[in-house]
Amino acid sequence: MATLTREKNSGPRDPRAPRKSFWRLVNPYFYLLPAMLVMAIMTYYPMGYGIWMSFTDFGLKNLRIDSAPPNGVGFQNYIDILTGAIAIPNFDFFYTLSFNLFWTFSNVAFHVVIGVLIAVLLNAKGLWFKGIYRAIFVLPIVIPTLVVARVWRNMFDPDFAAINQFLALMGGLVGFAPATFHIRWIESVTPPIPGIPLPLSYFALLITNIWLGWPFMTIVATGALQSISKDFYEAASIDGASPTQQFFSITVPLLRPAMVPAIIYGITLTFNLFNLIYFISGGGPLRQTEILVTTAFRLVNEQRLYGIAAAFAVFIALILLVITLITNRISRATESYDA
Amino acid sequence: MPNQKQAAWKTASAKLTNTESQIVGQKMTLPKQLFFQALLLFITFTVVFPILWVVSMSFDPKADVMRPTTLKLIPDGFSLQAYLNILKKPTSNPVDLPTLFFNSLLLAAGSSFASVMVGVFAAYSFSRFKFAGRQVLMLAVIAVLILPNVATLAPLFVLLNRVQIDLGDITFNLRNSLLGVGLGLLTTLLPFSIWNLKGYIDTIPKELEEAAMIDGCSPNQTFFRIMLPLATPAIAITAFLGFMSGWTEFYLSWQFLTNPQNFTLAMALYNMTGQFASSTPWSHFSAMSVIIALPVSVVYLALQKYMSGGLTIGGVKG
Repeated sequence: MATLTREKNSGPRDPRAPRKSFWRLVNPYFYLLPAMLVMAIMTYYPMGYGIWMSFTDFGLKNLRIDSAPPNGVGFQNYIDILTGAIAIPNFDFFYTLSFNLFWTFSNVAFHVVIGVLIAVLLNAKGLWFKGIYRAIFVLPIVIPTLVVARVWRNMFDPDFAAINQFLALMGGLVGFAPATFHIRWIESVTPPIPGIPLPLSYFALLITNIWLGWPFMTIVATGALQSISKDFYEAASIDGASPTQQFFSITVPLLRPAMVPAIIYGITLTFNLFNLIYFISGGGPLRQTEILVTTAFRLVNEQRLYGIAAAFAVFIALILLVITLITNRISRATESYDA
Repeated sequence: MPNQKQAAWKTASAKLTNTESQIVGQKMTLPKQLFFQALLLFITFTVVFPILWVVSMSFDPKADVMRPTTLKLIPDGFSLQAYLNILKKPTSNPVDLPTLFFNSLLLAAGSSFASVMVGVFAAYSFSRFKFAGRQVLMLAVIAVLILPNVATLAPLFVLLNRVQIDLGDITFNLRNSLLGVGLGLLTTLLPFSIWNLKGYIDTIPKELEEAAMIDGCSPNQTFFRIMLPLATPAIAITAFLGFMSGWTEFYLSWQFLTNPQNFTLAMALYNMTGQFASSTPWSHFSAMSVIIALPVSVVYLALQKYMSGGLTIGGVKG
C-alpha cells in the first residue's frame, strides 16, 4: 500500500513509472522473441525461399554455393505438374490427388465406425476384463508408426510372411491348398475386385491403417460415452425403444460433439500419412498408391528437381488450406450443436 | 469409520445399479457375455498378432532366421542372440548399433529440448498476455501446423547445404550433419510445441498467478516461480511427443545425411527391409524393430493417461 501511494505521489518525475509501463508493453514480445527468431530463420525464411524456388528451374546444378543462380521460369513448374510433364513414369497429379482424398476418407470412415462400435462394446454394463482389453487396445497408438509400417510390410511378404501363412493355416482347415494363399499383396498390379480400379496394395495399406487407427477413435468415444447420462437410456427403454434405436437416437448424436474434432484430426493425419505408405507399398505398384507427400519426397530425394518440388509443396499447402477451411467450418457448425 | 461409510455407499450404489439395470433390462446374460468375450478376444488377437510375430522372431534361438517358413507367434526358446548379432554392423553400412542409437537419441532429445525451451516462453505469452498483433502472430504459428514437414524439404535442403561450419579443427556442411537435421526438425516442431503448450497453459487457472501478482511478484517472477512449476507435466509431455517425432524421423535424415557415422535407427530400419535387403535376416530386422519401439512405447504407455484428454495423442504429424 505504502509503495503504491508513493509512486502515485511522485508522478511523472519518478523515472521508474514510465519505464515500468514500457516493460509491461514490451514484455509479451520479449517472451515471444526467441521463438519468433528461430521460426523466422528456420520456418518462414525457408518457406518464402521455397515459394521463390517454385518459379525457377532450381536443380542439382544450382546446389553448390558458387554455382550460378537458377533461371526464372514463371509458372512453368506449376503447369508441368498439372499437365504431368515431369520425368517420373506414371506421374498424374489429379490421379494422386483423388487417390489421396479417397485414401483419407475411406480410412477415417473405417476408423470411426470400428472405433465407436468397440467403444460401445467395451462400455457394456457387466462386461468382464474391461480394463485388460482397454490396456491392450492402446498398443497400436504407442508403437511408432515407422516400426509398425516396416513390420507390416514384411508381414505382407508373399512367400515367408505371417499374413499368407496365417491365411493358409485357416484355409487349410476348410481344405484349401496352401498355394491358394500365395498372395502378392504389394506387387500385384491387377485389381482384386473387378470394376474397382484399386490395386491389392491399397487393401494392404487399408488393413494396416485400420489396425493403427481405430484405437484412437475408441479412446475418444469411450470418454464421450462415459459422460452420457444413463437417464436418457432409461427414459428411452421405458418408452419402448430397442437397443438399436437407442444407439442411433441417443448414442450417435451425443457422441458427435466429441467425435468431430477427432475425425478432423484423423483426416489431416491420414492425408499426410507419409510413413505408412512410403514404408509399406512405396507408392507402388505403378505409383497407384502414391499420395501427395510421398510424391513430394520423391521429387526431392530421387529426381532432385528442387524447383518443381517447391511448386509441388505450394500445391500441397493450398490443398491443405482448403481442407482445413472446410473442416473448420464443419467443426464450428457442430460446436453450436445443441445436445 | 470411512470404511463403514464406503461399504454403506457401495451397497447403496449396488442396489441402485441393480434396480436400474432391472428397469433398463441391461443385465448381461451369460450367453451374451460369452459372445462379447469371444468378439473381444478376436479383436485382441488382431491387435497383438503383429507384435507377437515380430517379438517372437527377435527372440528366436536360431538367431539368423533368414525368412520364417512357418508361422510362429511364440518362439521355440528364448535367446538374445539376434540382438547381439546386430550390435556390430546391423546394415551393410559401416556403422555400429550404439552409434545409431546415440545419433537417434541426440537428434530426438536435442530437437525436443530446444523446441520446448524456446516454445514455453512464446506459449506463455500467447496464453496470458494481451498485446497488439497477438491474433496475427498466433495465426502465423497455426498456419505452419497445417503443413507437413515434407513441404519445406526442398528449400531446407538447398539452404542448409550452403552453410559451411568452420570451427578451426572441425569443419562440416550443416546440411550433412545431425545438427542440420535437428534444425530442420524445428521447422515444424517448434510451432507444434508452442501450440501444444499454449493449449495446456490455457487450462491452468489464472488465480494462482493473480495471487502471486498481488503479493508483489513481477510478471517475470510469476512466470518462473508459478507458471513453470505448474506447467512441468505439460512440458514433459510436449517434450516427449517431440522426442517421438525425432526418434522416428525419417525423410529429413534420409535426404540430408551421407556419412554412415551420422545415420539414425530409423534409417537403419529402412535399410533392413525391402528389395535391397535380401541379405538381412528377418530376425535381425525384428530385433532392430524392438530396439526402436520398446523404449518410446514404454514411456508412452506410462504417460498415456495424462494425454488421453486432448487431441495431442498421436503426437506430431509425420
